[in-house]
Amino acid sequence: MIGIDWYLALSAILFTIGIIGVLIRRNAIVIFMCVELMLNAVNLSLISFSAYHGDIAGQILVFFSLSVAAAEAVVGLAIIIAIFRNNLSVDITKVNLLRW
Amino acid sequence: METYAFVLLAVLAIATALGMILNKNTVNSALLLVLNLVSIAGVYLLLQAQFLALIQILVYAGAIMVLFLFVIMLLNVDEEESLFDKFRIKYLVAFLLGVVIFGQILYSLGGVTDMLPEVSSEMVQIGTVEAIAEVFYTDYLFAFEMTAILLTAAVVGALLIAQYKVKDSGETE
Repeated sequence: MIGIDWYLALSAILFTIGIIGVLIRRNAIVIFMCVELMLNAVNLSLISFSAYHGDIAGQILVFFSLSVAAAEAVVGLAIIIAIFRNNLSVDITKVNLLRW
Repeated sequence: METYAFVLLAVLAIATALGMILNKNTVNSALLLVLNLVSIAGVYLLLQAQFLALIQILVYAGAIMVLFLFVIMLLNVDEEESLFDKFRIKYLVAFLLGVVIFGQILYSLGGVTDMLPEVSSEMVQIGTVEAIAEVFYTDYLFAFEMTAILLTAAVVGALLIAQYKVKDSGETE
């Protein structure tokens, strides 16, 4: 087996790409997809720690994280649809109802 | 062999992730994210987590991304202008913030990687369906049942939010 460092480095790089994507994009759907990417990066580090510790609890946690991510995706996309219906845009710079 | 497979999958995952955040077409972004999720599922297979690799492809690359694509098609989103047309100070700040967070993650991970126990070869075989099911239906049974309630609540909430006229349906009854 190759060292755990490589898996953790891949996870950190993917998480960072997700953060940069959230910060630079203005399309709400793409921002949402970047959040999914960050969730996946964390899942990857959980699974690599689980494999290298020989402990199954990490994989159980990833399963719960997956189901929470599914629920989050459903509710988030419903919110995006509701915003689009009121605003006719998914550009978050044009959504300023709660902006100070 | 394992190293080659890992390098291939890692390069594919990073390239598709970068392509996803830099692509100005939303549908292309979603399809690149599907490829990214599939390559991460390949990395799970390298880590002997067969069950989660399958679940990743079925739930993430299958169900969730189909939902994303449906919403994209439903909303008929117009393309953003290209990210590189003019330089914005925002991009520089975002990049610097990303570098800072990357450094923080590497710093916090650097302390734990040398504390790993010695893992024998039969301890590694933990990701099979049999091993996961045995733990799931004994130790984590309550939490497992709770996810059913969570998913039901999410579906009902999403229906309520995305409903066309919420107020009218309340008044007419």
